[in-house]
This record gives sequence, C-alpha cells and structure tokens, in this order.
Amino acid sequence: MANTPDYSWPPMGQRKVIGQRVKRLDGPVKATGRAKYASDTKPSGMLYGAYVACPHAHAKVTSVDTSEAEKMPGVKAVHVMAPAGTEIQWQGWEVAAVAALTEMQARDAARRIKVAYEAMPHLVHEEDLSKAGANARKGSEQKGGDADQAFQQAEAVSDGQYGFPVITHCCLESHGSVVQWQGETASAWPSTQDVTGYAGQLAASLKIPATNIKVQMDYVGGGFGSKFSPGAWATVAANLSQKAGGRPVRLFLDRQMEQTIAGNRPSAFAKIKIAGKKDGTITAWDSASWGSGGFQPGGPPPQPYVFVNIPNYRRVHTGVSLNVGPSQAWRAPGNQAASYLTCCAMEDFAAKIGMDPIEVFRKNVNYAQPAFQERYQFQLSKAAELAEWKKLWHPRGQSGAAPVKRGLGVAVGTWGGRGHASNCRTTIHPDGSVLVEIGTQDLGTGTRTIITQVAAESLGLPVGAVKLEIGRSDQPRDGASGGSSTVGGVSTSTRKSAVNALEKLFEAAAPALSALPEQLEAVDGKIQVKGSPAKSLTWKEACRKLGTASIAEMGSFNGRNDGAGLSSEGAAGVQIADVSVDTETGLVSINRYVAVQDCGTVINPKLAESQVYGAIIMGISTALFEERIMDRQTGHMLNADMEFYKLAGIGDVGDIVVHMDIRPENDSKGVIGLGEPPAIPICAAVGNAVANAIGVRVAHLPMTPEHVLNTLEGRNA
Amino acid sequence: MESFAYANPATVEEAVGQLAAQWGEADVLAGGTDLISLMKENLHAPRRVVNIKNIKALEGIRKTAAGLRIGALVTMDELAKSALVLAGYRALAEAAAGIPSPQIRHMGTVGGDLCQRPRCWYYRGGFGLLAMKDGKSLVPEGENKYHAIFGGGPAYFVSASSLGPALVALGAKVKLVSAKGAREVPVAQFFVTPKDGDTREIALRPDEILTEVVVPGAAVKSATYEVRQKTALDWPLATASVALEMNGTTVKSAKIVLGHVAPAPWDSPAAAHSLAGKQVTEATAEAAGKAAVADARPLSQNAYKVTLAKVAVKRALLNAVKG
Repeated sequence: MANTPDYSWPPMGQRKVIGQRVKRLDGPVKATGRAKYASDTKPSGMLYGAYVACPHAHAKVTSVDTSEAEKMPGVKAVHVMAPAGTEIQWQGWEVAAVAALTEMQARDAARRIKVAYEAMPHLVHEEDLSKAGANARKGSEQKGGDADQAFQQAEAVSDGQYGFPVITHCCLESHGSVVQWQGETASAWPSTQDVTGYAGQLAASLKIPATNIKVQMDYVGGGFGSKFSPGAWATVAANLSQKAGGRPVRLFLDRQMEQTIAGNRPSAFAKIKIAGKKDGTITAWDSASWGSGGFQPGGPPPQPYVFVNIPNYRRVHTGVSLNVGPSQAWRAPGNQAASYLTCCAMEDFAAKIGMDPIEVFRKNVNYAQPAFQERYQFQLSKAAELAEWKKLWHPRGQSGAAPVKRGLGVAVGTWGGRGHASNCRTTIHPDGSVLVEIGTQDLGTGTRTIITQVAAESLGLPVGAVKLEIGRSDQPRDGASGGSSTVGGVSTSTRKSAVNALEKLFEAAAPALSALPEQLEAVDGKIQVKGSPAKSLTWKEACRKLGTASIAEMGSFNGRNDGAGLSSEGAAGVQIADVSVDTETGLVSINRYVAVQDCGTVINPKLAESQVYGAIIMGISTALFEERIMDRQTGHMLNADMEFYKLAGIGDVGDIVVHMDIRPENDSKGVIGLGEPPAIPICAAVGNAVANAIGVRVAHLPMTPEHVLNTLEGRNA
Repeated sequence: MESFAYANPATVEEAVGQLAAQWGEADVLAGGTDLISLMKENLHAPRRVVNIKNIKALEGIRKTAAGLRIGALVTMDELAKSALVLAGYRALAEAAAGIPSPQIRHMGTVGGDLCQRPRCWYYRGGFGLLAMKDGKSLVPEGENKYHAIFGGGPAYFVSASSLGPALVALGAKVKLVSAKGAREVPVAQFFVTPKDGDTREIALRPDEILTEVVVPGAAVKSATYEVRQKTALDWPLATASVALEMNGTTVKSAKIVLGHVAPAPWDSPAAAHSLAGKQVTEATAEAAGKAAVADARPLSQNAYKVTLAKVAVKRALLNAVKG
C-alpha cells in the first residue's frame, strides 16, 4: 500500500485558489430568480396542502368534523393529526391538513373543518418569574470557590438586571416540503439543513426503508438552525400524498404558522452581581437567571461566558414551561444570551469602578481558556483601533448635553466550529472534466463556492474547471449544516477526495513523463515533474492517459481528526458597536459596527466577510427590533407576521466594518466554521453602547423607544 | 380567501353601481396594499371586488379655485414628489414621503391611505375593531404598546392613515360619491371613533367611493414629523402634522394634529392656542408639545408614546418655521 498522501493545505503564500476572493458561484442564479428552491418545486400532478391550526394556547380537542371539507371542490385528501382527546399545548398546533388542486381550495377547505375545543388555562409570559407559578422549575445552585467571602471582601460590587426576549427565525422560505409517497417509495423536495440525514428521519415515520426515499434540495431559503429535521410537516405531506393516491403534495407553513410554531430562540433573563477590585480584576460572579424555550423550558445559557474561570461563583437557573411554540437552535444557541448576560454585567462592573470596559476585559482575559487569551488581547486592540475607541469612547453617560448621545460598547464571543463527518467523491474523466459530489447543502453561506475552490486548488485547476453537485440523498453522505460544521467537514473531505483522485491521475500520467507518480505535481492546469516544470502534460493530455476509465475517488472525514491539520475548532471574536441614541425619542441608530473575527484557515476571504456581514445585520435586527409578542389573555402570538415582527432593513444597520483575523498562527489551525461565531456578541455590544451613551442600563432587549424611554423616564419595563 | 366576483368599471358611475347598501357585499380595490391582506386573512370577505384603477377621472393632482385637488388614485410616491404639493403643502408631502416601504409608496393610493383598516393586532387577529373577547376589550390588560393614548376607549386602535393628520391640519375635505349623488366631508369628520363594534372608523358609507381630496389653498407653513423605528417597512409610533398661518414671524393661528395616538387623527386646539401670537422657538414648541399631550391617558404599556407625541409636535413646529 502506498504511503498516505500529504493532504495538508499548501503553505499560505503558495495557494492559488484558496484564499482568493472568488465571487459566490450561485450568486447570479439567486439574484435573477433562476435558482429554484424547495418551495418552487412543482412536480407533475402536485397538490397544495393547507393546515388547520389550533387557535388556543392550551386546550383539549373534543371533536373534529371533516365532512364538509371533504366535499369541497378540488379536495383530494384530508388528514387529522390531533383527533378528539388530544391535549394541545400551544397556539398554532397542527390539528388537521387538507390537500387540494389549488392553494386557495386547500385553504378554503381547511377553514371548513370544524374543530371543537375545551379551552384550558395557559401561561405565555415568563419575564415576571413571580407569576410563573408551578410552570417555573428551579434548577440546583452551582457553586465554586467562596462567593460569599469574595462579595464581602470586594472593593466594588455591581449588580444589574438583563432581559433577552424570545425571537423567531423568520426564514424567508417557510418550513415545509413537497413529498410524494407511493407505496414503498417516496420522493421529498424539502427545505432542509440536512439533506443527508433527511431520508433516515422520514423513513422512521413512514416505516419504509430509507433507501427508498429520494431527497433533493438545490437551494434553501434560510434555516439558521430551525431546519434540521423533516418536522411533522413532512410526515403530514406524505400522509396526504398517500391518501391522494400518490400525487405529490406541497405543504409549507404560512407566515403566521412559520412565526408561531416553526422555531424560536429561547429567552434569558438574569439578575447578576459581580464583585471585584478597583483595578478591574473580577473576583466573584453571582447570577440568578430564568427563561423559556417553550413548553420544554430548556436550560441556562453558559455563564459566565468566555471568562469561564472566575474563581468564585454562584449561579442558579429557573426554566419556565410556556404554552408557546417550541424553540429551535438559533445561530449559536445559548451563546448570544450568554454573551449578552456576561458582557453587559461586565460593562456594568466597569462603569461601577469608573474603568474603560476594554481594560476590564483585558484585565480578566486570563479567566478565558488559555488557547484564547492571546487572541482576545489582539482582537480587543484591533477592534478598538478600527472603532477609534480611544478617540470616541467616554465614561458612561458623559456624552454631552445635546439630546442625541453617542456611545460605544464592546462584547466578545467564541464558538467551536469543528467540521462534521463528511464524504466526497471526485471523478476525473478522460476528457479532463472533473465532477465533485457531496450530499451537502449550501445554506447561503457559500458552501458551493468553497468546495469548488478546495477541489480546484487541490487539482491545480481554475475554479471554472470543476463541476460540483450537492443536495441529493444518493450522493456521498455529509452532515447537517449546523453549529458551523459544514465548512470544516466539506473542505476536509473534498481536499482528501481531490488529492486521492490526483494520485490516480499521477499514476496514469507518470510513464508518459518518464517519472514516478510521487515525483509529479499539478500546477496551473498542468501535470509536471517537481523541479522540472518543462517536463509536463497539460491537464487534458494527462487525463487522456486514462484511456476509457474514469477516476472516482472518495475522501472521508470522521468529524474528529483528519490527520493533516485540515480543520479544527475554536473561533474567537471581538465586536464594538458605535451608536447614537436620541434621548427625546428613544430611537437607537447604529453609526458603525466593528467585528474582528478569526476562523482558522480562510478559504475565501470575501465569503468569510460576507458571513460576518450577514451575522451582524441579523444581530442588529435582534438588538434593535425583534421580539415575539404574546398576548396573555388569548395566548396568541400577536406579531406573527412581517409587519409588527420588525426586521431591520439595509438602512437600519449602519456602517459595518469587518476584519478577518487571518494571522499565520490562526491560519495554521486549519479550517474552522464561521456561521455562528460572528452572530454572538451583537446584542451585548449594542446594549453596552446604549448604556454608555445614555448613562443607564436599558435592561431589556430590543433597544426600542419603548424600552429606552421607560428606562430614561424611570418606568419599570 | 372566499370566491368573489370581480368588477372592472371605467367610470365612477359604473363603479358606484357595483356597490351595495351594506358592508360586506362589495369592497373597492385600488393599490390593494391593504385589501388583499384583509381578504387573505378573511377579515374582509366581499362578494364583489370593484377595481377602480382603470377610472382615469380618479387620477392626477391639479390646482383648482378651491385649492389642490388630489385624485383618489394618486399614489403616495406621486404625492411625495409632486411639485404642487411640495410648494404649498409640505406637511402632506412629508407624510407621504415618510412611508418607508417602496412597495406601499408606489402601489398605495391617497384614497386607500384614508380608507385602510386599522393595524391593531387584535383587529387583525379577528377580534373586531373594539378587540372584544368575552364581552370586554382585550386592549387595556393586553399588549397595548402601539395603541391609543387618547380617547379613553372603547376603541383603542390607532388610525393607520399616514395622510389623515396632515389633511386635518390643512383643513382638507374628501369627496364621497354614491349612485345617489356626491357629498363633501371635512377630513376631520371623515375619521370617526367608533363607540360600538358595528360602526366603521370612517364616515364612508358602503355604497360610496372616495373620489378626491381637496386641500384649501391658504398660505400656511406646514410640516409633518414622524417617530418611526425603521427605515424599512414600519408604522410610525407617533406623528404630528402642523399648519401655521403666520403674521410676520409670529403665529396668527395654528392647527396641530397628532397621528397614531388615537382612533382618529387627534386635533389639539390647546396646543394650537398655546402658540397664538408667539414666535415658534424651542421653548414655545416644547410648550405646545406639552399642551398637546396634557390630556393623554396612556394604557399600561404605552406611556412612552406620550413623550413621542410631545416630541413630534415640537419637532414638527420647528421644522415648519425652518422654511
């Protein structure tokens, strides 16, 4: 057996395609509307599905009468998921569904399904823990060191309250799929973050072999962590399809249901005290937090965050069960809340002792994991420089007499981002054409582009010479795109697959060059002898040596250790918000937002920056506008739309400055995922900037006129 | 959405012939930025939709002896950019220009702005104009951060019209036409605060079409100031439109009308009175703002809107005299 090839990345200065600012390969088809999403799929004979959703937050179904709906024009199937006796735990719970020839017919018929309920008491609010009653479940207190003594002996103690509301994912393409179920086989066109895992999960509910389920998805219109599983909707679509004689059924949530039941980010509220010295050294942490992930209350965000080794601590968390739609992972689950609670409490401590918060962060950086300490020091400096911190920062509240006040705030984030298990197949044909296949998905992160760049780099070809196919269940298995695991996974498997295929090509080409295969290299579209570039074949000439036999070589990564340093984990970032607050109206606007972020080896700096821009736009939207508004009387989500569920527009996000920390010591770590890391610190940085501007902490996100003016005017929010 | 008949008249006479004496029979379609949503949510389920977009007589802005005549089909974008409007009716142009959604600015019409239904989430959620459940309003103990701070119920929604406050401040009238004839109604009386669940929030009758708005030509300094969170699609939290008849540098008479704070544009004679005979300065504008909200009765979650209304008045006044 030959020696294991050298899979490691070429040295930084010698890369030809990796590290280039290649434009997103699917940009033109997406921008022109030629890209077809799952919700655009229209297989022949397709029916449209519509749901009947429960209008109560907590109720028992007493009867379901579908007789009138079944007689409606165009109706081909009716399916009841919540028969009499079902106890429903949130508004929007799917009770029944209809498939009909047109969407309007399906909706009209769904409205004629008569469901009777016995309403039951509900709880939909958790911000006031004293009203949660038996729905509040207090966890056990966790302690370390001697917090009591540290607080008693502290030179300074700060305390504050912080509130981080539930927000929704707002996927522009709602959750759903087109499914065709014909006896022992099924086809699915889902909107999913997990093409590879989809068939297996759907098979479990349809009770047919996963091998008989074909899955295809070319483009997905947003997931952010909420589209890992086929969801009940795929099973319902399949049942409707079967009942309709095997015709495909399109079942996507409407906007109201999307906002209500398709996933949300849990809330987090906390009372936090910090003890420390006047030189900025923190000595103790004390937090009592609570929050809700829905009917399942969920756990606490990690606290303290990043500064994990504060020696004395005490923390307790209470989870609250609510009659609301279930939470789903939301771009770095737990981490935005953790960053908000920790970084806001630290900024309050800095204000208490009259110190610059960046100096307080620096002073305590030794509480961070050792591998991150130097990086945070560097990134704090870099972010401060880009934000003109020295010039623009002022002690809290010292922002002049004019009604519009400017403030700066800092926050930090960290994330693992190790690649998931991934398999790739590279096929080199005798005509020189190259096909790369992975059963992965591009969530809009640029996955297509970076796979192609890795393959092109590895084969010594330009990007345009590599054809890529992704998004099908019959391709080599990849993993779910979540937790920033995709780029590490696919870049590693692609690299290995391409290098393996190239080895085979070297074997075929070596005799013609009177050389040994291991003496060859692929450079600039040529196969040449190392050290003697004059002895070369063009790529096509070399491929012709294959005769009629194509090369098809796999590359596999087990998700743990790739053996060549291709990928690893552990990203860090520092962000600074520069805001203006109109203290007469409470309006907060972003002047400039600075993000300094590392993610190991960067395959495409343009796409990496684009990921960071996207995360910050999304994060500013959550910091300034987004909140789920529940009505305590009806148990309804009142802003389950795109009108009063407010999302930032491009004019609302200010000037965003992104600096990728691509120092050689970071590059040498290998590829690390970037989806979550930059999405973490934004609420904290904006909240801190607002406090810095107006001189007082606005406890509750989002930073709306309501919350800002309530704080300034002394009303408890 | 229920099935409906679709009428496509070419004249106002044909259009009114398609309307009925009761609400629910027919709805008028212009830009469709509100009606389509209402129909999709089954809040409106008309048997007939009467498209008036092909009625040429409802288009255009022109000067007449009575003042500026604005056709019901004029879009918000046309209004915001019209030289005639910008020249003498700044409050109106600013109200139209303030709508941040390009789709609504380009599709939404003057008539539609005045006739659109409230955005109250209880109304949109199917609880009716008065947001009733089990015989009582959901608003006072519910989620009322965007609701009225004036009026005291039983209606707590806020008028959604962007143009209403400016038109009231400018003393405009609307022309309402039915098969029986035409009538003119001051915009101040066009908006109605319903006392029961069966009354509409506008004086339009089900068999009428709003055909035009006439704004008198008096020389006034005017402005509209909106407090709005987003630059993308969003509704104002509070607005103020002011029209000042000047005597040199002092205010001879003023009209100050708040928006998005009550079920109808909220005229504040007290604020207007506070300015009479005075120059508009930071101090007098601030005092007018205070006077405008002296009678505000905020609900459990919207006290902040009192501040916003006060600031909107102050800033509108200062903008109006800035020229």
